Amino acid sequence: MTDLLAFLLSYETLRVIWWLFVGILLIGFAITDGFDLGVGTLLPFLGRNDEERRVIINVVGPTWEGNQVWFILGGGAIFAAWPAVYATAFSGFFVALILTLFALILRPVGFDYRSKLPDPRWRHFWDWGLFIGGAVPALVFGVAFGNLFLGVPFHFDNDLRVEYTGSFFGLLNPFGLLSGIVSLAMLVMHGAIYLQLRTEGNIQQRAQHAVARAAQVFLGAFALAGLWLIIGVDGYRLEHFAGVTAPSNPLNKTVVREGWAWLAHYGQHPWMLLAPIAGFAGAVLAWRCSQRQQPGRGFIASALTLAGVILTAGFTLFPFILPSSSDPNSSLTVWDATSSHLTLKWMFGVTVIFLPIILLYTSWVFSKLRGTVTVAQIHAADKTLY
Amino acid sequence: MMSETFIELSRLQFAMTALYHFLFVPLTLGLSFLLAIMESVYVMTGKPVYKDMVRFWGKLFGINFALGVATGITMEFQFGTNWAYYSHYVGDIFGTPLAIEGLMAFFLESTFIGLFFFGWDRLSKTQHLTVTWLVALGSNLSALWILIANGWMQNPVGSAFNPDTMRMEMTSFSAMLFNPVAQVKFVHTVSAGYVTGAMFVLAISAWYLLKRRDRAFAHRSFAIAAAFGLASCLSVITLGDESGYELGDVQKVKLAAIEAMWETEPAPAAFTLFGFPNDAAMITEHAVQIPYLMGLIATRSLDQPIMGLKELIAENETRIRRGMTAYTALEQWRAGNHSDALRTILTAPYNDLGYALLLKKYTPNVTTASDEQIRQAARDTVPRVAPLFWSFRLMVAFGFWMLLLFGLAFYYCAQRVIEHKRWLLWLALLSLPLPWLSAELGWVVAEYGRQPWTVSGMLPTHLSASTLSIAQVAFSLSGFVLFYSALLIVELFLMIKYARLGPSSLGTGRYHFEGGAALTAQPAAPHSATTQP
Ligand code: HDD
Ligand code: HEM
Ligand code: HEM
Repeated sequence: MTDLLAFLLSYETLRVIWWLFVGILLIGFAITDGFDLGVGTLLPFLGRNDEERRVIINVVGPTWEGNQVWFILGGGAIFAAWPAVYATAFSGFFVALILTLFALILRPVGFDYRSKLPDPRWRHFWDWGLFIGGAVPALVFGVAFGNLFLGVPFHFDNDLRVEYTGSFFGLLNPFGLLSGIVSLAMLVMHGAIYLQLRTEGNIQQRAQHAVARAAQVFLGAFALAGLWLIIGVDGYRLEHFAGVTAPSNPLNKTVVREGWAWLAHYGQHPWMLLAPIAGFAGAVLAWRCSQRQQPGRGFIASALTLAGVILTAGFTLFPFILPSSSDPNSSLTVWDATSSHLTLKWMFGVTVIFLPIILLYTSWVFSKLRGTVTVAQIHAADKTLY
Repeated sequence: MMSETFIELSRLQFAMTALYHFLFVPLTLGLSFLLAIMESVYVMTGKPVYKDMVRFWGKLFGINFALGVATGITMEFQFGTNWAYYSHYVGDIFGTPLAIEGLMAFFLESTFIGLFFFGWDRLSKTQHLTVTWLVALGSNLSALWILIANGWMQNPVGSAFNPDTMRMEMTSFSAMLFNPVAQVKFVHTVSAGYVTGAMFVLAISAWYLLKRRDRAFAHRSFAIAAAFGLASCLSVITLGDESGYELGDVQKVKLAAIEAMWETEPAPAAFTLFGFPNDAAMITEHAVQIPYLMGLIATRSLDQPIMGLKELIAENETRIRRGMTAYTALEQWRAGNHSDALRTILTAPYNDLGYALLLKKYTPNVTTASDEQIRQAARDTVPRVAPLFWSFRLMVAFGFWMLLLFGLAFYYCAQRVIEHKRWLLWLALLSLPLPWLSAELGWVVAEYGRQPWTVSGMLPTHLSASTLSIAQVAFSLSGFVLFYSALLIVELFLMIKYARLGPSSLGTGRYHFEGGAALTAQPAAPHSATTQP
């Protein structure tokens, strides 16, 4: 027992656990807030008049705010567990992140304020605001992830001050954009199947249509990105480093860049192939369940896709978090970008206690708010619903 | 070395977005509590007017909450985008409370807020009441954790420099948690939020009473706000005084600057009530002083002296010189000499390494700085005095004014004559902006007074920023200015629209604009089945 605890709380294990926790947070974000982003993206297209749009908004209205905390917590957890990554990624992707923040700011205002005034121009404006608030982050997150595989141009000086030498447009390379499409398509699919589950009639039919389209785009883009990664993208390999329990200093290692390096793990641990397989299989299943009017199952399948895609990225990159293309030795890895042992321990304890509590009350809230949203309900509660 | 303009722009952006965030935060803190109180009364008495109160003030709460969240997202990521070196240098400590805030507080309030608005039909009375209390608890917990983070920057306990990783690391979690500065900050700031919530309800209810509209509804709201406001105001003032006391201990410079105390005064020091601080000449012109008071506030005694700014500058000059020794050790460490002797120097809590970093503003070679550069850096350790002096005095004046106002409101409510005191109702309405002004001024005192440091004595502001171009920061800053201004206009428009509509906006058919004058005369109308969910 004490051995197990000692093993769990060793610096090495905690570093891996925190890599897992960040992954879990990302998956939690994708599964919950992911459908909010997808629903926002679909809003102007699936809702053909004000009432239909209000139905769509109220499907996610009562819960999107809690879901968004997965995203906020993602930021906070990276700050606490990987301060070097928080500093490097967010200042490096400066323009992209600021644009994403502007888009995200449109969401609280769009959800809350849209239906508080009757003017159709006002409502129309916020419909597109919610579209931007959904589509832009979904796209940018994918683009950012895609660029991790290519490496990002940054380096540290001997004060460990980081300097990013790329530009915003450098991020918009073909592979990055393709990854953006993967991300957008999977979140739209996820949002559409959630709408299918919680609406009826016309909206439900259109949502079913959207599931099929999004699943097709996703499957194509994901396959293409995989092929591209195998054939055309050089990976990074950790050559010498100070060890898995060494103090976190990213300048104490050498890294080489070479072909096939990103595939190494799948050769050593074939079970990791389950992640990309889940990505494909989930989307196929979600599509089929949707066609057979089983959106509940479809939703679970679609959640599986999201988890599969994120895990695929994680397994491929491990132990890298943020590889540097201009100075590979400055790359950030699980072994040299983490917080101190003490901080990881405290954060581990707090997370182990609070994450289950969060999951418990979140499911209680969702169970209280389940059921379909209909046009009749909107009429009946015109003044109180979004 | 980064250009002054770049640092100024980054600071401007941070100050603007933080102060803007804090326009919405205090109302959330106070109103969530008031909603929970009103709903408790509803559950205990069963009178529907209290439910209408929760739902109406809840509507205004929602309009405010949306922008609180929108602007909070910016804050969460801004440390990374604009203060990357800071984030790397102290993220080991500072990131922890931020992450815990998400786990413990944001999830709680944001998950239950949806049920608060949309769960009236789906929950029993007590379940809904519990939900409301959880929202209030969540928002207050969020304040606790962010202020532990902010308190650590003011008084960085429980941490040390680690030469292996070239950053500060946590040495004691509990020291950070029980940081006395964080404790007083928390109680003072949440009390400020309660004052804000109370003043909001008080002023708008006063307006309905002046218009003789929805009187039963307004009267009850007014009474609750008066009682809650009086208690909160007392607490904000006593705990503000406590902040002054803690300041005396850890941030002597800030205290002396607030008081425009240029010279060390023999005990017990006098309090400067009024005057015109002159930074260049280091004197305060036309000062009006109250003997003994300052000594009492800052040291709780009559026999301890308080250091003046001139003496503090001299002391900081010696600290810079001591820090240069530590910096020399750091250079040797980086050259490859990892001896235990050097490690001891570098990790000692009082090695003043941070003071040496102040010199980086003037020279890249800290170890060979000239006497002139050292003098300049020491002079920098004192922020400009006039803004602090005035911000503090205004905050305190507003605090006492609001205490008087809430006291009178409470007294006349208890006497049941408040509707005849129209002058008081007018004063309540006109005082509506004061809690926001006080809170913003309070932050200016706390944060501007901390300059030139982001982390007191450890990390200077001019080193904390990201390596970005001026164009990038100009882009984000102007984006925020445009975007936030537009949002503020929209928010105020909706707020005023719904405040004017009053409880009629609920569509219950019982209120002023719905021809429902019934409630004005007899409050306890039967709970009608047509009440909207
Ligand atoms: C990093 C943690 C941190 C936290 C929790 C806060 N601040 Fe702060 N604040 C800074 C970190 C900081 C800073 C990075 O250190 C700034 C930016 C540039 C500077 O000079 O200090 C600063 C500046 C700054 C200024 C302007 C001072 C100046 O530029 O001269 C104001 C008015 C505030 N802040 C207000 C706030 C408010 C209202 C906060 C809470 C909502 C707050 N601060 C929390
Ligand atoms: C400068 C550091 C700060 C950061 C990084 C920050 C971050 C955030 C974030 C991300 C949110 C949105 C959370 C959600 O979705 O529920 C938020 C909201 C909130 N914050 Fe801040 N905040 C800061 C300062 C403060 C301070 C000093 C206080 C209180 C004293 C505070 C109190 C609140 C409250 C009560 C909310 C709830 C929403 C609302 O304001 O209406 N914050 N903050
Ligand atoms: C007699 C009344 C008051 C006194 C003596 C007082 C004292 C103080 C002091 C000394 C600080 C600086 C703390 C620091 O630098 O760390 C402060 C900060 C602050 N004050 Fe006050 N204050 C008073 C009234 C008010 C009122 C009425 C409000 C708002 C309604 C308010 C809101 C704030 C806020 C938001 C801060 C920044 C947070 C903090 O540092 O605690 N204060 N106050």
